[in-house]
Amino acid sequence: MKKVDILMAGVGGQGTILASNILAEVGLELGYDVKKSEVHGMAQRGGTVESHVRWGEKVYAPLVEQGHADYLIGFEMLETARWPGYLKEGTVVIINRYRIPPPAVNLGKAKYPSEQEIEALLKGAGGRVIWIEGTGIAGELGNPAMVGVVLLGALSNLLGGEEETWLKVIQRLVPEKFLELNKKAFLSGKALQVA
Amino acid sequence: MKKMMTGNEAVAYGAYLNGVRVGAAYPGTPSTEIMDNFSRYPGVYAEWAPNEKVALDVGIGAAYTGARALVSMKHVGINVAADSLFYSVYTGLKGGLVLVSSDDPGMHSSQNEQDNRNYAKFAKLPMLEPSDSEEAKQFMGIALEMSETFDTPVMLRTVTRISHSSTPVEISNEEPPAAPPEPPLYERDAVKFVMVPANARRRHPIVEERIKKLAEYAENTPINRIEPGDDTIGIIAAGSVYQYAREVFPEATFLKLGMVYPLPAKLLHQFASQVKTVVVIEELDPFFEDQIRLMGIETRGKDIFPIIGEFSPALIRERSVSAGLISTPAAGAEVAAAAATATELPIRPPILCPGCGHRGMFHVFRESGALVLGDIGCYTLGYAPPLSGMHTSGCMGASIGVAHGIDKAVVKDRTIAVIGDSTFFHSGIHPLIDALYNESTVTVVIADNSVTAMTGHQQHPGTGITLQKKNTRAINPEQVVRSLGFEKVDICDPYDLNGLAQTLEDHLESGKPSVIIARRPCVLYTKAKSAAPQIDPELCVNCGTCLELGCSPLMQKEDCVTIDPVLCNGCGLCVQVCPAGAIIKQ
Repeated sequence: MKKVDILMAGVGGQGTILASNILAEVGLELGYDVKKSEVHGMAQRGGTVESHVRWGEKVYAPLVEQGHADYLIGFEMLETARWPGYLKEGTVVIINRYRIPPPAVNLGKAKYPSEQEIEALLKGAGGRVIWIEGTGIAGELGNPAMVGVVLLGALSNLLGGEEETWLKVIQRLVPEKFLELNKKAFLSGKALQVA
Repeated sequence: MKKMMTGNEAVAYGAYLNGVRVGAAYPGTPSTEIMDNFSRYPGVYAEWAPNEKVALDVGIGAAYTGARALVSMKHVGINVAADSLFYSVYTGLKGGLVLVSSDDPGMHSSQNEQDNRNYAKFAKLPMLEPSDSEEAKQFMGIALEMSETFDTPVMLRTVTRISHSSTPVEISNEEPPAAPPEPPLYERDAVKFVMVPANARRRHPIVEERIKKLAEYAENTPINRIEPGDDTIGIIAAGSVYQYAREVFPEATFLKLGMVYPLPAKLLHQFASQVKTVVVIEELDPFFEDQIRLMGIETRGKDIFPIIGEFSPALIRERSVSAGLISTPAAGAEVAAAAATATELPIRPPILCPGCGHRGMFHVFRESGALVLGDIGCYTLGYAPPLSGMHTSGCMGASIGVAHGIDKAVVKDRTIAVIGDSTFFHSGIHPLIDALYNESTVTVVIADNSVTAMTGHQQHPGTGITLQKKNTRAINPEQVVRSLGFEKVDICDPYDLNGLAQTLEDHLESGKPSVIIARRPCVLYTKAKSAAPQIDPELCVNCGTCLELGCSPLMQKEDCVTIDPVLCNGCGLCVQVCPAGAIIKQ
């Protein structure tokens, strides 16, 4: 059984925790040993959120090791750019084209890096960068907060697993009244057919 | 069937499965979700106590009756509860009592990274430490049994990476043991439970004898186990660090300790004799290492691994390569360093949310020029620029006492103590009594957002709702301070900058101890929201005054400031501070 190490990076309130929960449960459904770790103590206060999800025959540490990530899922551009140390040659980076400027940028005291700079950083570390309009797609469906499920839909093309398995887990973890929209969000992400 | 659970969920599940009837806690990251989850199981009683010491006394009382009890808190909460911890080790209990200490190596959300394994040695009680959620569940059962067999409270230590990591847990089909059909009569035994010196002197030898018996138990318990492997290196580890070390040393021989105090001397000697080099890998203090050396076993440890901060597989690999234990180089470090020098990325610190009532309060504090002695909660974020409205913050409840001390030492500055509503109930009332009794002149501001916000909106004695969602009497901070004898008490809305500033000035100049309650419920909790104001680009002179509020929707562009209407909560503070009248409320 292949080892799959996935990192997710975003900003508090973007739904990274729900997405990583779905990813962990899907791993379990597919028969993997799974561990997941995140730091969310101060996440609600608009800080950085990171989540590690690991699938494997036997997983010890809940943390992805530097230079070992197979996938990096970026919910926000700047947050994605913080992780080159975790990439290796061929790491797939799915990055949501969306900016949430941090306070120093709002105050005009720092510059938000350009798309080109971010892409260069990630490519320089071996990343294969795939841009996705995740927040845009989720917004068109009615709620930009579903960006995580759109990204998972895209990722599912690469990770495999039956569509039913993913949708079953989404059904288990998403509140009833948001279920249909989230299923649509997942399928929209899957329809992007990233490869 | 297996289910993904966080360490916190698994601790709660383990407690429920093993018949715990009473739970008490005070919220604190990373421990909060333990009691949150436990409270939802059928047939249990669970509460938020006003502070950790009260929570532990509640657990001790329940266990004195023979019921099983769970008490949980973050690592620094154990400092607050320590007095009760020490007496309960002397008295023992009738039912099992497990005290969970959730430590925070790396200080993800804490003021220090104290290693609470030291409490086990200090207070002379056993401590277990799980390395994943399945163990967290199982160790609860073992700890409860141990507590009853040895007549002692048992500590269960977790760290952030256990509390907030999810791993598979086997779900049991068994029902938890039923409650007794009729309430038992309390068995009175004053000699055991009244710790006057004469009785305590009888109990101390029992405590010493007990810890020796527990050390014997540690020799044979399956949760301390040798995992055979290559005999070049023998690694001793526990908890999350065991998992990291397993990644880095897949072939080594391990002594995995599930019971971290007292240590099994014979097992350690046996282990040391099986391997060429013993290496202790432990986060924070050399807790195992010092004891193992005293047993006469040669070991490596803190000469290789740091005493500061959180470990990771990458850190263990890097240090092990440097020490010559392994030759596989650590990946990624050079790439990360190169990337860091290539582009400097702006940091994203946690900040007060848009619409937070604390923002207006700190703006007024800064404008007053007063010295502000702070406390622990969301409002601690008000210390950071651009608000820069707080000058000390040490621990829960410290603000008022520190302000009083500064007052008595006499400085030119005017002083404000600021404390949150949940923190006020936690440990703010006693220092208020001191301020009155010993004639302070401090102005105390209770930053009242009407919930325990920082840890994720838990109830507290002022909210009128219990942990298990029952309506109850709401204790009103204003009535509390008036009943203590404070004569100068005002309630302000921190959205009203002028009103709060005038009241604050009046209090600061009054020359007597006084209280202002700055009340504005947390908007994340109430979901209150108004329309975003609009900026007239013709009137905006781009002076940046509004940006000094440190509110994330306000963004400086080339010609003028803009407001992100999605992020904005519509609190109207920027409308009030704009000197050009360019921000217009909708």
